Amino acid sequence: MTRHRHHARDTLRAMSIMGTRVVRTEDPVFLSRGATYTDDLTDERLTGALHLTFVRSPLAHATITAVDVEGARNAPGVVDVVTGTDIDLVAPKLFAGAADGMERPWLATDKVRFVGEPVAAVLTEDSYQGQDAADLVEIDYDPLPAVVDLRAAASDEVLLFESAGTNTSNGFGLGKQFDEHLFDGCDVVVTREIVNQRLAAASLETRAATAVWGEDGRVTVWCSTQNAQAARDAIAGWLGIDVALVHVITPDVGGGFGAKIGADPEFALVAWLARRTGRPVRWSETRSENMTGMVHGRAQLQTVTIGGNREGDVLAYRLDVLADAGAYPRLGSLLPYFTRMMAPGVYDIPKVESRARVVVTTTTSTGAYRGAGRPEATAAIERAMDLFAAEIGLDPAEVRRRNVIDPGAFPFRTKGGAVYDTGEYAQALDKVLDASGYAALRAEQAVRRERGDVVQLGIGVSVFVEITGGGAFAEDASVQVHPDGTVTVLTGTSPHGQGHATAWAMLAHSHLGIPIEKITVRHGDTDLIPRGGGTMGSRSLQTGGVAVYQAAGELVEVAKRRAADLLEADVDDLVVADGAVTVVGTTTGVTLAELAGRAELKVDSVFDSGAPSFPFGAHVAVVEVDVESGKAVVDRIVTVDDAGPILNPLLAEGQRHGGIAQGISQALLEEVVYDADGNPLTATFVDYGFPSAAELPSFTLVDMATPTHLNPLGAKGIGEAGTIGATPAVQSAVIDAVSHLGVRHIDMPATPVRVWEAINAARGSGGARVDTAGSAQ
Amino acid sequence: MKIEMTVNGEATAADVEPRLLLAHYLRDVIGLKATNIGCDTTSCGACTVLLDGESVKSCTLLAVQADAQSVVTMEGLSPDPGSLHPVAAAFRAEHGLQCGFCTPGMVMAAVGLLRENPTPTEREVREGLEGNLCRCTGYHNIVRAVLLASGQDPDTARPGAAGDGLVAPGFSVGSA
Repeated sequence: MTRHRHHARDTLRAMSIMGTRVVRTEDPVFLSRGATYTDDLTDERLTGALHLTFVRSPLAHATITAVDVEGARNAPGVVDVVTGTDIDLVAPKLFAGAADGMERPWLATDKVRFVGEPVAAVLTEDSYQGQDAADLVEIDYDPLPAVVDLRAAASDEVLLFESAGTNTSNGFGLGKQFDEHLFDGCDVVVTREIVNQRLAAASLETRAATAVWGEDGRVTVWCSTQNAQAARDAIAGWLGIDVALVHVITPDVGGGFGAKIGADPEFALVAWLARRTGRPVRWSETRSENMTGMVHGRAQLQTVTIGGNREGDVLAYRLDVLADAGAYPRLGSLLPYFTRMMAPGVYDIPKVESRARVVVTTTTSTGAYRGAGRPEATAAIERAMDLFAAEIGLDPAEVRRRNVIDPGAFPFRTKGGAVYDTGEYAQALDKVLDASGYAALRAEQAVRRERGDVVQLGIGVSVFVEITGGGAFAEDASVQVHPDGTVTVLTGTSPHGQGHATAWAMLAHSHLGIPIEKITVRHGDTDLIPRGGGTMGSRSLQTGGVAVYQAAGELVEVAKRRAADLLEADVDDLVVADGAVTVVGTTTGVTLAELAGRAELKVDSVFDSGAPSFPFGAHVAVVEVDVESGKAVVDRIVTVDDAGPILNPLLAEGQRHGGIAQGISQALLEEVVYDADGNPLTATFVDYGFPSAAELPSFTLVDMATPTHLNPLGAKGIGEAGTIGATPAVQSAVIDAVSHLGVRHIDMPATPVRVWEAINAARGSGGARVDTAGSAQ
Repeated sequence: MKIEMTVNGEATAADVEPRLLLAHYLRDVIGLKATNIGCDTTSCGACTVLLDGESVKSCTLLAVQADAQSVVTMEGLSPDPGSLHPVAAAFRAEHGLQCGFCTPGMVMAAVGLLRENPTPTEREVREGLEGNLCRCTGYHNIVRAVLLASGQDPDTARPGAAGDGLVAPGFSVGSA
C-alpha cells in the first residue's frame, strides 16, 4: 500500500463530514429541558444562596450627600446591606489605557456618573425581598450638569473626574497634525459628519453571576461570559488574590455579541459579598438594569473627507473620530484603534489619515458590540464612497469597482497599517450585483421615479473587509479518546450560540472517525481548561477550531505509532477510520478505545495563526421607502460573505443571518438615546426597538470561499460579517430611495421621522442637497 | 394564597405570595427552568407558555391567575431529549436556535400559532411570532422551522401578501 493511497482515503473520509450541514448536537437538550444559564443553576453548593439586588443611581451626574440604609436593613429577609465605604477593594481602572483618575468605584461613594451606577448592594433570602428592600435605601443627591454631547465632553467644561483634569480618556493618532495637503490634486472633495449611533447588545440573557467560597479558600464563580479565563484573571486581580484561588465556570450563555467579553466588576462584587457573608450569593439583573448596566457599543461621531477625480478614482481619505467611552472607560475605548486600522476598507487609496479621541460622558460605559470598531470604519468609508459617487454622478457600484484593491496585490499592506491576507473584492461585488439583479433593480427604480410613486425603491451597495481573529492568535485544544470509545475535546473558546459543541466534534470526527454523538466538547471551566482566549472577534474557528483539528490529527499519529507496535505493522500501512486503526487492505486492527484502555490516549496542542485574517464580502440591500410617511422597509438583502471554506454551512449561515439582522436593525431601528440631562430614554425593550420577525425579510445568501494561508483549514471568521456589510448597505439604500428628491445623507437609524424630515427639507430647499443628521451623543 | 395547577400533565400545588409571577412559580417553586425571563415589559416572549392551550407570557400573569388551570412548558412538549416534539424537531432541523434563550418561548409561541393556523404563509408566521424576540438568528431559520413544522417545504412555502411583489407590508402601490 502506498502512502498516496491512504492519504486519498483520509481526504475522502474527511470530506464526508467537513462542509456538511450537520444539525447541532446541543439542540436536543436545548429543545427539551432547555439550556442551563447562570440563573438556572441548581448546584448543591448554592443551597441557601443569598440574592443580590443593586441600588442604582437615578441621576446621570450628582454628588452623593447622604446614604441611609437603616430602613432597608430592617426589612423582611434582609441579611446585609453594603455601601461603598464597606468595601476594602481597590477601585479598578477598567481600561488600562485610560487617563489616571478614571477608576470605577465598586459602589459609588462621593459621586455618581451615569444612570444605573451601583450605589448600594442588598442581600436577601429571596429576590422579591431584594426589590422591596432596595426601595428602602435612601440616598440624597446633589445634581451636577450631565455631559451627553461628545463635543461638550471634549471641551472639558464639565469634568467627570476632577483628578484626571480632562474628559479625554485616551486617543489614537492625536500626536500628529492632519496633512493640510492631503487633498491636493483632487477635482472633488466631499466632507461630512456621520453619527454611528450608540447601540445596546441586548443579549436575551442579561448579566448574571453566582459565587461560593470553599473550605479550601478558593472561590467558584459561575458567570455569563464569553471568556471564562479572562473573567477568572480579572476577578482575581480585582479581589487582590492569587489567580489559583479563583475557579470560573461558564454555564450556557444566552448571547453576548461582544458585551460579555471578560468579567464585569459586579462579578467580583458577587464573590466579595459571598466572602463577607459566608454564604453563596446569586445575582441576575433585570432588563432595565441591563440596558443601563451592560456595556453599549458603537457611539462614534465621525467626520469623513474624501477626494478624487471626476473619472471616479479616490485619491485621498480622512477619518476623524470622536468616540464615546461612557462614564468609566472600558473596552470601548480601545475600539477606535480598529476603526483606524480598517479605515480604508477594501479600497486602494493613495493617501489615508485618521485619528480618534475618546471622551468620557455621563452615560453607560461602552464596550464591544458585534464588529467592535470595524463596522464603524466600514460605515464611514462606504458612506464616503456614496457621497463621492453622488458628487461626480457615477453609479456607486461602479465607483467601488474602480477603487478596490487588485486581487494580485495580496498580501496587501494598507494605509491603515493592516496586512490583508487575501481579497477578491471585485469578484464579490460582481457576484452580489448579479445575484441581486442590480441592473433590473435600477430599471425598476427609474420607472418608479418617473411615475412619481409614493413607494420608491432604494438600492444600497456595500463592499467590506473586516478583521477576524485579531488580538489573540493562539488557542489551546485537548483531544482525548476514552476506553469506552467516547471522546472529550477541551477548548479555550467559549460558545454562546455559535455551535462549537457540534463544529468542534466535526473537526475531531474528521480525523478519528468516531461519531460526533460520542464526542463531548467542554469549554468555559478554568480548572479544566486553564488557558483560553474565549469567543469574540470572530476568532473561534480559525484559532480554537484549528487547534482541535490539529490535536485530533496529532492524536491519530500517536495512535498509529502505538498500533504499529501492537500489530507489528509498519506505521505507513496503517489507516484510521471509524474509530479504529487498521492495516490497509486487511481486517487486522485495533480500536482507538482499546488503545486508550492500554494507556492514556490524549493530545494537547496549541495552534498559533500568528496573524489575523481579513474576510470580506459585498451586500446589496433593496429598500422601499414611502415618501409620504418616511417609512423604510427592507424588501430584500443579498449578501456575499467570504470566510474561506465553510466547516458547517448550517452554522455559518446562522451567523450570517443574525449579523444581517443586527445590521438592518442599526440602519433602521436601534439607538440608545439619552436626554440632555443624561436620562436614558431607551432602558426597556418597549423603548429600545430591535426587530421581531415581522420587521425583517428572509435573506439571500451567496457563497464565495477564498481560503486564507494562515491556517490548515483555510478558514476565516464569519460571526460579524453580516453586521459589518449589511449596515451600510441598508443605510445607503434608504438614502438612495430618496436621493432623486435631493437627499444626500440620513443618519442611522433611518427612522420614518428622519427620512420624512430629509425629504421635506429637500423639497423645501427646492431640491438642493439636504442632510439629516442624528444626535451627536 | 394556596393554588393548584396542572403543569405538563402533573398536579402541582403551593402556598404563594399573591404577587408571585407565573414565570417565577414555574422556575423557582416547581423548578422548571426552561422558561426564561428576558425583559420586564412583556416584550420579548422568552417566558411564553401554554395556558389551557393558548400561548401566554408567563411574566405577565400572576401565578394565582393560573390557579386551577393547565400549563404546558417546553419541558412538557418533549420530556425526552431523544424524542423531540415535531415543532422542537423542526427548530433543530432548520437551525432555528443559537444561544437558546428565546427558544423555549419561541417554540411555545410556534405551537400556539400552528394550533390557530395550521398552514401559515411566511408572512403569517412572521406576524404570528411578532411578540417573541430573538437576537441571534435574524428569524430566518425560525420562520423556516415553523413552516417545516406545519408540513410545508420552507423553500417553496407561500410567502404571503408581503412577499408577493416588491411592495412591503402596509404600503400601497398607488402613484402620487
